[in-house]
Formats: sequence, C-alpha cells, structure tokens
Amino acid sequence: MSTKFLIDNAKLIELSINENAEEIEKLDQEIGDGDHIFNVQRGIKLVIDLEPTIKNLPMSKALNTIAMKVLSGIGGSSGALFGTLFMTLAKGKDIDNGIDFNKTVEIFYDAVQAVKMRGKADIGEKTMMDVLIPVANTLKDLNQKEISMETILSKVIEVAEEGMLSTKELIATKGRASFLGERAKGHIDPGARSSQIMITTVCESVINS
Amino acid sequence: MKKFMNNADDFLNESLQGFKMAHSDIVNVHFDPSFITRSAKTKEGKVSLISGGGSGHEPMHGGLVGFGMLDAACPGYVFSAPTPDQMVAASEAVDSGAGVLFIVKNYSGDIMNFEMGSEMLTGKSATVLTNDDVAVEDSSFTTGRRGVAATVLVEKIVGSLAETGASLEECKVLGDKVNKNSGTMGVAFSSCTVPAAGKPTFDLQLDEIEFGVGIHGEPGRRKDKIKPSKEITDEMLEAIMEDLKPNNNEELLLFVNGMGGTPLLELYLIFDNAMKYIESRNLKVSKSLVGNYCTSLEMQGASITLTKLDGEIVKHWDSPVHTAAMRWGM
Repeated sequence: MSTKFLIDNAKLIELSINENAEEIEKLDQEIGDGDHIFNVQRGIKLVIDLEPTIKNLPMSKALNTIAMKVLSGIGGSSGALFGTLFMTLAKGKDIDNGIDFNKTVEIFYDAVQAVKMRGKADIGEKTMMDVLIPVANTLKDLNQKEISMETILSKVIEVAEEGMLSTKELIATKGRASFLGERAKGHIDPGARSSQIMITTVCESVINS
Repeated sequence: MKKFMNNADDFLNESLQGFKMAHSDIVNVHFDPSFITRSAKTKEGKVSLISGGGSGHEPMHGGLVGFGMLDAACPGYVFSAPTPDQMVAASEAVDSGAGVLFIVKNYSGDIMNFEMGSEMLTGKSATVLTNDDVAVEDSSFTTGRRGVAATVLVEKIVGSLAETGASLEECKVLGDKVNKNSGTMGVAFSSCTVPAAGKPTFDLQLDEIEFGVGIHGEPGRRKDKIKPSKEITDEMLEAIMEDLKPNNNEELLLFVNGMGGTPLLELYLIFDNAMKYIESRNLKVSKSLVGNYCTSLEMQGASITLTKLDGEIVKHWDSPVHTAAMRWGM
C-alpha cells in the first residue's frame, strides 16, 4: 500500500458515495438529523485535496495528516470516528517500511477496535460498527487460512453487505437513531450504508487491479 | 429554502463575524479554529467553563459567553459537533491554571469530540454531561437521554459558582446536580432546514405536531394532531413530572424555551398555561425564564424545563450575569 493507493481509493470512494448520496441522505433524514452525507462528502473531499501534501510523506505521517484533517474538517460523530480510525492506522507498527496485505489486515483490525472504543458501540446497535466489525473479523480470520486475497476480499464485500442490511431490523441503541427507539426499526442505518459503500469500493478496486 | 445566506460554506463564519462585531464589549471570536471567548481574560485561579456543540441553537452557546457564565464556546457546523482542535485551542486560550470544565450535551458526536479534545489537553479538565430531555426513555443499555435546554441553566448556575473561585470538582458536582434536578420536554410545530441540506429535516403536516422533539428536529415520542395549548402544555408537564417527581410544595424554576420560530407572545401563553398546571399540583414556581435560548434554527415549537431548586441553586441563579443573551444584576 502506498500514499497513491490512499488517494486513488479516496477518489473511487467519492464517485461511489456521490452515486448513492440521495439514498444515504434519505436514510439519515428518516432516523437521524440529515447531516451524515454532507459530513462524508466533505471528509472525502478533504482527503483528496491532501494529495499534494501527503504524496511524498512516509505512510505514518500521511495517515496522521489525514486523521487530523478528517477530525477537524468533518466534525460530528463521523469526524471523531474516522479521525480515530486513521490515527490508529498511522500508529501501525513498521508501516513506513512497506505495507503488504497481512499488515493491512492487522492495522485495519486494530483501527476498528479503536473506533469501537471511541463510539462505545458494538455489533447489533445499528451503527457503522455492524459493517466494520464483521469486515475486520472476516479479514483477520480468513487471512490466517490458505485463501487467496481476491477470495477474501470477495467474502468481505458479502459480509459488509450483510452487516449493512442487518441494521434494518435492529433497534438503535447508539448514535442519533437511538433517540427514536422502535421508530428506527425498518430503516437501514445511514452510517452502515456509507461504510459498506466505502469498503466495497476499496475491495473491488483491489480485486480488479 | 429561504434563508439570509450568501452561500452555505460561508454561512457560519459570516454569522460569527457579525456576532463578534455586535458584541465586541463582551466577547471575542477567534477563527481557524473557531471559538468564542470573553473579551476579558479569565482571572487567575478561576475554573474555566467551556461549552460547545453544533451551531443552530443560538444563543446557546456563544451568546452565553461572558461574566457569570461561560469562558469559551466552540461552535461546530450547523447541527454538527465541534472538533477537538477547537476545544484544545479554546482551553489553551482561557485556562488560568484552575482547570477546564466542559459542559456537553448528551449527543454522541459531541461526546466523542469533547472526549478527544480533553485527551489532547495537558491541563486538568472535567465534564458535565447534560441529559435533561425526558422525551425518550433512558434504559440500561442506551446512550441515554438527550441534553437540551437545561444546559443553559447549568451554564448559568455553574458559571456563577466558578466566579467565586470554587474548585473544578465543586463546579462539576453542582453542574451534575442541576442537570439531575432538571427535566425538559419539547414540541415542534414545524421542521427546520439545515442550510447545507436546503430542505426540511423532517416532514410534519400542517395540522401535526411532533411531541418530544429533539433540538435538531429528531423525532420524539409521537406525532399528534394540533390541539389547544393547554392540552399540549399539560402533556409536556405530565411527562416532566413523571420523571422529576417533585415533592409537595417544592420550589421550581420554570423555563419556557422557544425553538426559534415561535413568537414570545406564544411563549408567555405557554408560561401562563404551565403555571396553572403547576399550581394545581401544589408546587411553587419561584424562578422563571422565558425566551429563545436553546433553539433549532427556524423551528416553530417550544420546550418546557422544570428544575428543582435549593438554596445553592437559587443563589447562583440570581447572581449577576453579563452575556450577549442573558444579562441581569449588572
């Protein structure tokens, strides 16, 4: 993985998020306060705009620059959660000496644990953790077996979709939707949907490259 | 959408610039990152009170910066939590060495960002988390109730205590007490429109009201048909009483708060209706506040807050305050 990989994927994510922007906004207006899509779009744009700044930086510095930008530039829960994600990725051991798939799996797993702590949310609470936790676990589990990277990533795409869809029947206990109680049932969580889109985009781009 | 706005990106900064110029005797507004401080420096040994949250709730919190209340406020984008760099910059600007007390409304984004901010601070800090909204039930595993209008009361009362040179711990204890003694219930008659979104946050028919609405237009308990004010007020107070369970003859502060789009004429009418309800329950309102303090942009609607009083709370409620939005005793 390189800083070019980060920016290239941010650009791909921007395209797929924009394609689904109306759906995400509508989901958030049903069970949240309607700001999620703007936070996500603003965050992606901020990361893409960092291209000249981070292009030649070592990975740890590049990821930390992204973390600080996302943290201060997005605001809301998304800023804190994605800021925590990138900040933890940046702290990954030896990442300036190159990141292979094993390393990616390892630092992503740790980053998801940190996000889980920050948001104090676990699986089953109708949040983006319903996507991120199963994805991190699947990556870690399958990577320990003799399975090709392409097969693992295809499985991750499936797991992300299942996780996203599972939020539909959940009652939220975390995040804005939790203030709705039963009324949020029947709606997919917007954060789970946007995370699933991001994960799927990155997995597909790696599979196709 | 019709708003006084040039473009959504400059919306907040232009408003903050205006606020800065209009109240230069009381506040100073700093940019990149944005935070509001008193124009006078925090005196040595005084605990600094810092609050913040998404914009769109004005005058909370920037309008509550000044003598007897906040030392600083961190405004986020409209309905979006401020970011840790704002909290760090504000703390560094106002902390006189006695520590920083963050007053945070119970919303997950606010909590996470204030938490990260306080982790990045080198000085000592504590947090009072407000969760006065009785509309949505607390349960063993939820993130709990929302922090709404009683936050204004916490800021006034703890702000007064801090001026006396009380310790960080004492300020936190009083803040927690005021929050615990308070209950709020809100009702919306119309939605509000976030500038960047351009369309109303939720749908409400012309004859519908949202009972238990949050301060961002998040739905509450249920949608009802519009009915006489007396009935709405009774139901709001019923919900608060169920939660607060005041004793007979207990003295209360009654706070009727406008959401932004409801005229004072109606807020005072609510006050009248609420007084009748409270008196019929053998309770006494000895302190009051009516006005738009914790708003939701242009939303039509109001909230009622009741706070159980004791000598300490009354003393710090009555003490002088001089902010853009609240001023008495000086």
